[in-house]
Amino acid sequence: MAEIRVENLRKEFSGFTAVQNSNFTVADGEFFVMLGPSGCGKTTTLRMIAGLELPTSGRILLGGEDVSMKRARERDIAFVFQLFALYPHMNVRKNIGFPLLSQGMAKGDIRRRVEEVAKLLRIDHILDKPVSGLAGGDRQRVALGRAIVRRPLCFLMDEPLGTLDAEFRDLMVHELRELHTRIGATTVYVTHDQLEAMSMADKIAVMNHGLIEQFGTPREIYDRPRTMYVANFMGSPPMNFLPFHAGLAVGDAEVSIRDTKIAVPAIREARAPGDLVLGVRPEHVRLDDGSGLRGSVLGAEYLGTTQIVVVATADGVVKARIGAEQTVTAGENVGLSFASQHLSLFDESSGLAVQTALFDEVAYV
Amino acid sequence: MSLTTAHSVVVPSQTSKRIAGTIVILYALISIVPLLWIFATSVKTPPDSIAYPPKIMFQPSVEGYCNLFTTRTRQTPEYIESLPPAANFCDEVARKRNMVIAGPSNFVPRFVNSLVIAFGSTFCAVFLGTLAAYGFSRFKVPLADDLLFFILSTRMMPPIAVAIPIYLMYRELGLSDSALGMILLYTAVNVSLAVWLLKGFIDEIPREYEEAAMIDGYTRLQAFWKVVLPQATTGIAATAIFCLIFAWNEYAFAALLTSGQAQTAPPFIPQIIGEGGQDWPAVAAGTTIFLVPILVFTILLRKQLLRGITFGAVRK
Repeated sequence: MAEIRVENLRKEFSGFTAVQNSNFTVADGEFFVMLGPSGCGKTTTLRMIAGLELPTSGRILLGGEDVSMKRARERDIAFVFQLFALYPHMNVRKNIGFPLLSQGMAKGDIRRRVEEVAKLLRIDHILDKPVSGLAGGDRQRVALGRAIVRRPLCFLMDEPLGTLDAEFRDLMVHELRELHTRIGATTVYVTHDQLEAMSMADKIAVMNHGLIEQFGTPREIYDRPRTMYVANFMGSPPMNFLPFHAGLAVGDAEVSIRDTKIAVPAIREARAPGDLVLGVRPEHVRLDDGSGLRGSVLGAEYLGTTQIVVVATADGVVKARIGAEQTVTAGENVGLSFASQHLSLFDESSGLAVQTALFDEVAYV
Repeated sequence: MSLTTAHSVVVPSQTSKRIAGTIVILYALISIVPLLWIFATSVKTPPDSIAYPPKIMFQPSVEGYCNLFTTRTRQTPEYIESLPPAANFCDEVARKRNMVIAGPSNFVPRFVNSLVIAFGSTFCAVFLGTLAAYGFSRFKVPLADDLLFFILSTRMMPPIAVAIPIYLMYRELGLSDSALGMILLYTAVNVSLAVWLLKGFIDEIPREYEEAAMIDGYTRLQAFWKVVLPQATTGIAATAIFCLIFAWNEYAFAALLTSGQAQTAPPFIPQIIGEGGQDWPAVAAGTTIFLVPILVFTILLRKQLLRGITFGAVRK
């Protein structure tokens, strides 16, 4: 097991930059997820860590050793591919044993190790079956088996649940996390699914256009987004944005939108008057008849325990997640108030968060 | 990953099935009649083979095969009577026609030449073609498209168009009438077909397999050998059979460039006609035996061959 450190990593393909100056450290034993839409550079970063692509510049350190320019087979890593890449001409046992064969391990030892791993993944009953007839979940487990049988320094996984049915996915998310807890291997996991990321990760890096927008724990990323992109990408429905124009002074604790004063976490940086955006998660919106911020209800999505109420205000549409027991009717005029301590402020032109008390206790900047 | 089968949109009706079946059977009959004719001729006696109207019913004889494998000299009946009794069937047949078997014919060595040259050139073409196709499929080869077009362009003229330059070159290089020369020539003609066919097959194999193997601790060459090749066997077999059929059947170059040592069966078989009258049964026997290897090879690899023919039309 080992720490993975990525320094100023950059990858250019002819005329196009896939990854620009990435820096992050995955601590030993951590489950790290790179999250972002397709084309954001997450898979390219992963392939560079694996040695399947060579970086244009920058360094990759695996357990302190610089492996930036080493071949994949010299890196002692395991990779789980999106389509699993199980060798179709071999059965399950041979697939799992294939990495051990390359190390010149004795046949008996390979057999023992493969059976150990199969037992761990509960696939010992299909060891002698061909891989072509396996169900999605079993293919996934065989691919995992082939990865863990080597006991490598770290695991790299490229959207391994992407092709599974929703039902299987939940099961595999659980199994993957459980497996990680059991063997504690450093893992880098790439996905575009925020729920997968949130439910499995110790740390998340949200990527966009080859840049890491934010690095942190799932809680930090969700509660304290550093950029409007992250705020919008995380959460379903995403964060509400209310634009307003104002200047800020250090210590201010409220902003006004159309004369309605809204309490916010204390401001930590002064700003000249400009276009700002107030960000509020749907679950931090309450219906409050006393509030000056008003709008009319467009409709509600009933979700069982909660409902998403869509309200059209003069500053844009606001989605509120409120208890399912409240009754709201379309067309009704309602007032909205926000849970002040959770509000985010962004600079509209740069998309970056304004420093407030929200970030006071954040470890990762 | 999932394997899907192509479905025709319209389910064929009983009538259309019957019509299609009739056409196929008719076509098969038309194709097979010359082959049956050749086989029938090979087991006729020389007088029967030139009888008019042609004999459908006849007394089968292996005289054609005897004549194919032997050379005979004409002798006087008195001399033949003075010989000890015939040792075998072929002796007996020859003596009836006032001939004595002088020794084996050149058919066996010519047939062996055909085997060596056809299989040798097929192996070389497929071996080189596989490596080249893998390179074009997986690496950024500078000017790859132009190179591939260049390789294809070698097939755009009939090979015989270059016969005279090749004849002169071979004479200078001492490759005339040598098995090596013929293997090189057929390899050169076939390698373009092999590269193009195999590139298509290798393009279909996802790169992830090699990447997985390289991460599993193998070199690229090992990954190619252990993971790509086993999945390309269908394509390799289909390519091999196309190359083999070309090299086996090739007549023009063989007639031009080989005359003795390295002569292959196709130019040899017609020469039999001249040896002591129009010996059609011997020619037919040579042709029948000549058909056997390709027939066996094709039957063994028929699935791959079909896949090779429909390549591009039916995708996995």
